[in-house]
Amino acid sequence: MAMKTSEESRPTERAAGAATPWPADIKMRAADLDFYYGGKQALHSIALQVPTGRITALIGPSGCGKTTFLRILNRMYETVPQAHPDGEVLLDGEDIFALDVVNLRRRVGMVFQKPNPFPKSIFDNIAYGLRINGMAGKGSLSEAVEKSLKRAALWDEVKDQLHKSAYALSGGQQQRLCIARALAVEPEVLLLDEPCSALDPIATAKIEELLFNLKDICTMVIVTHNMQQAARTADYTGFFLMGRLIEFNKTAIIFKTPARKETEDYITGRFG
Amino acid sequence: MSLRSVRRKTVNVVMLSLTGLCALFTVSALFFILGYLVYYGGKSLNWAFFVNLPAPVGESGGGMANAIVGSGKLLLLASLLGVPIGLLGGVYLAEFGGRTFSFVVRYTTDLLNGVPSIVMGIFAYTIIVIPMKHFSTFAGGMALGVIMIPIAVRTTEESLRSVPRMLREGALALGTSKWKTVATVVMPAAMRGIVTGIMLTLARVAGETAPLLFTAFSNHFWSSGWNRPTDTLPVMIYTYALGPYEDWHRQAWAAGLVLLALVLVANIGARLVVSRGISFRRA
Repeated sequence: MAMKTSEESRPTERAAGAATPWPADIKMRAADLDFYYGGKQALHSIALQVPTGRITALIGPSGCGKTTFLRILNRMYETVPQAHPDGEVLLDGEDIFALDVVNLRRRVGMVFQKPNPFPKSIFDNIAYGLRINGMAGKGSLSEAVEKSLKRAALWDEVKDQLHKSAYALSGGQQQRLCIARALAVEPEVLLLDEPCSALDPIATAKIEELLFNLKDICTMVIVTHNMQQAARTADYTGFFLMGRLIEFNKTAIIFKTPARKETEDYITGRFG
Repeated sequence: MSLRSVRRKTVNVVMLSLTGLCALFTVSALFFILGYLVYYGGKSLNWAFFVNLPAPVGESGGGMANAIVGSGKLLLLASLLGVPIGLLGGVYLAEFGGRTFSFVVRYTTDLLNGVPSIVMGIFAYTIIVIPMKHFSTFAGGMALGVIMIPIAVRTTEESLRSVPRMLREGALALGTSKWKTVATVVMPAAMRGIVTGIMLTLARVAGETAPLLFTAFSNHFWSSGWNRPTDTLPVMIYTYALGPYEDWHRQAWAAGLVLLALVLVANIGARLVVSRGISFRRA
């Protein structure tokens, strides 16, 4: 990874008003974002910028709102009745709540906590998104599948069994399959909701390595319970506590010299 | 051993035996019926049974070819009405229904399921047979179709609900619309349960006799088209078993065996077809 000097200026400090052109180094931005499950407020005025081509980690204790926030970014909260946000979230300057939700989710993909391959073959799992989105050219489908599997570092393990059930794979392989499936539709942003929580350390290491290599093709936001994982993989880290974003900064700063007492207490293991 | 542990162990043995006995009773009832059918029906089952029309009393070599075809036609008609409505209704309830309307539909469906089949028969008689002024295959098929709907709706709904939410979310997260998610991920994943449910309803209506007495009636000759009365296996069993002739009784047993065999073959066939897919349950 070539770190450019322009990245040294912190996204959090950049004042990007509506009038100024959308900065290329910011992919998504939430401003003054509240969120409610029915009458219960789950998020309180979150303001956060997701830097382009970087991995942003969201950490915090259970129930702090980090997964809720993640599920706003692709409007996945809409599957929950009576859940509604109040505030602004922009993707490349466009209001995500005004976008067609199907288009938004094609641009902002998601990988879930537990591997959830479809009950189809390995090949069909990857091809699914391409077929649904009409991206399946004649001969190019198998090439696209191969490309996605290679990007998810799964190709060598499955190239001879593409037509076997996805459930024949191990948990770690299934999760990489899900990443490949998400990558197949070439999303601009990939949301990962505790993608390694159901996996052993070796499978986890593989996924972390693969995420690192994906930075060239998409922006990633990862929710994790595992602070070492955030420290290892993320360029930026946000700390959530009780529905508020307590601190957001470069990962090194969050872990070495956090500005807030709560952050320090959490990462040093004093609670959480 | 303390008194308490003796008591506990005794209760354990008694309950275990009781549940085991009940399970055994279920199985033996089925095998008893099967054995009886095969024993009595098998004896009078011959090629003529499948290809001949019923013979006049006193003549041998009669068959029930027309009733077998008649039952097939009725089941086809019933499926044409019951399967699409049951399937789509179940999809609506499981995937798209709101609260109030779904509640009403679900409740009504359960009530409809409780309507005695003979009442369905009178209903079909009143709205189809009387206006048309004659019994018909069509009227019988419609009566059976309506009987199929409630079970088809509820088993489809239950099968769809048993598909894990994370499968739906996986599809939605790829930019798949709701109905495409249902059609391409949820329905295939639930297909085994849905097909099982539909086979159950088919098996149930295949044996229905009461509603057919008012609708398809009976016809000891070939019934062409859909507009005439037709013989069916259950009604033939009813007529022949009550008849005074020994030959009729044997034919009724044979008809029972054929009816059961048809249902079993359809059931096993359908399961073979769906079991080739990949089930999420194996995960």
